[in-house]
Amino acid sequence: MATVAESARHDLHLGHRIRRWLGGLGPHAVLLAYAVIALFPIIMILMNSFKSRQAIFGQPFQLPFGEAFDPVGYQTAFARADFVQFFENSIIVTGVSLILVLLAGSMAAYALAEYDFPGNPLLGLYLAIGIMIPIRLGTVSILELMVDLQLVNTLYSLILVYTAQGLPLTIFILTEFMRQVPREMKDAARIDGASEYRIYLLVLPMVRPALGAIGIFTMIPIWNDLWFPLVLAPSSRTATITLGVQQFLGQFVSDWNAVLAALSLAMVPILILYIIFSRQMIRSITAGAIK
Amino acid sequence: MQKNSIVGRRFPWHIVVFLAPAVLVYTLFMVYPLLDSLRLSFFTTTANERVFAGLQNYVKLFTNENWSWNFWNAFRNNIIFFIIHMLVQNPIGLLLASILAAKVKLHEVYRTVLFMPTVLSVVIIGFIWQLILNPLWGVAQSILELVNLGELYGPWLGRPESALITISLISVWQFVGIPMILFYTALIGIPEELVEAARVDGANGWDVFWRVKFPLILPTVGIVAILTFVGNFNAFDLIYTMKGALAGPEFSTDIMGTFFYRTFFGQQLQLGNPTMGATVAAMMFLIILIGVLIYLFLWQRRITTYEV
Repeated sequence: MATVAESARHDLHLGHRIRRWLGGLGPHAVLLAYAVIALFPIIMILMNSFKSRQAIFGQPFQLPFGEAFDPVGYQTAFARADFVQFFENSIIVTGVSLILVLLAGSMAAYALAEYDFPGNPLLGLYLAIGIMIPIRLGTVSILELMVDLQLVNTLYSLILVYTAQGLPLTIFILTEFMRQVPREMKDAARIDGASEYRIYLLVLPMVRPALGAIGIFTMIPIWNDLWFPLVLAPSSRTATITLGVQQFLGQFVSDWNAVLAALSLAMVPILILYIIFSRQMIRSITAGAIK
Repeated sequence: MQKNSIVGRRFPWHIVVFLAPAVLVYTLFMVYPLLDSLRLSFFTTTANERVFAGLQNYVKLFTNENWSWNFWNAFRNNIIFFIIHMLVQNPIGLLLASILAAKVKLHEVYRTVLFMPTVLSVVIIGFIWQLILNPLWGVAQSILELVNLGELYGPWLGRPESALITISLISVWQFVGIPMILFYTALIGIPEELVEAARVDGANGWDVFWRVKFPLILPTVGIVAILTFVGNFNAFDLIYTMKGALAGPEFSTDIMGTFFYRTFFGQQLQLGNPTMGATVAAMMFLIILIGVLIYLFLWQRRITTYEV
């Protein structure tokens, strides 16, 4: 009897162990499978962009070494389209919009969080409406406004629209963060005779993690947007990288080498930036959760 | 929360200075165009002059056979687009987030990789998948043959009955990172004691998740749903990139965003019509507003009782 019970207990123990081991493996299997699904298409494009046309179609899964290697796609891409100009436009538009959003947004958020003026909650609500209503729905009037201001086919038109687009969420989040800055610190500065502008500059570094997260979430949609460059600034001189690649791909749709190279050119800078900043980025998003 | 009282002091110019840039840019380039666009939907253009037309555009949109067919087609497709995101993207996002939140080994690496497609431009994603699914290249077919499912392969993007589903799934593939990261943030914010308490009471992992964790992240479920709704009814880039403004085949992938663009800017033979475009935009505005109001007044009000 004793041995039966013991062996049963042993079985139970073993079963438990196997289940635990499988239980530990299951999550990895799911994550790994999904990671492959997420990465595979990206890697296929990057890899094949360095291959000859023959190798692209003949051995799509082979690495671009030896005979398969051929940078002809990049040569075509650079010869036929001004990718440097596209990048420059994208960097200017994204960079200037981002600075304006963070500057104007943090100033407004500071005023909303700090001062008790009549209409404060109402103004906060007014500025928050834009979080849920996409600015795209105003496109017809935005285009007419830009025509009146003679800003069509300039980068200014994009910068103004993207700044307006980024402000509502920025103000909403930063107001919350600025309310958490300790009162004593600001009052101490006031007693020392600091001006209100000086105190704003004092508060700003204290909400830096929030600024980082907001910055990234403002930046990505601007860099990737197709709609407004297409509507407001479609000239080849003002095309952003997203629009430039879209037009290039439409034109060279049958030149697979050039298409793959253009796609890779558009992807790589964002991927490099993302890999460098991904830890900070995700940490700053999740920072609010761990109090 | 106490604030500085400004009553009885001289006019606080600094408040104006702090608020002016944001309020001006936001009002001029966002609020004004949205309102003006709504106004334009009540006008029509005849002989280069804009005249007030009352509800004429709306009547046309819903009674003219051609217009109303296009509208309801785009609306129905957009609903399907949204349902696929809700049924596929958000559950997968939740599953991945719950695994990541358990702090498995290498979870930071997985997190980075899984979020990667989300940071890329929709234009790039659209073209990548067009190439991968292209029968000329045959990559998708080779992969399916590898797992003995070769006969499943077909020109999915070219068939009216499968194109919309295929594009929806591509969008899901790209944006699954957003619900994942939002659910992940909510899950790691749950106090450890609550989970421990349930474990001590003998609950297994499955029970802990559905009885303890899930009710606690319900506010995030609502946020994910409304973000998906607004994003989907505002989508445009992916379909424009993969299928052009005509959203083919046979308008089977036409959604509100592409219908709006076509109406406003025109297509091959048809001239663009700004006032009808504004009318379509106004309908999109209404649809999104209804979604947001349902979220704010039905969902969020009910959910606050669960908050800790």
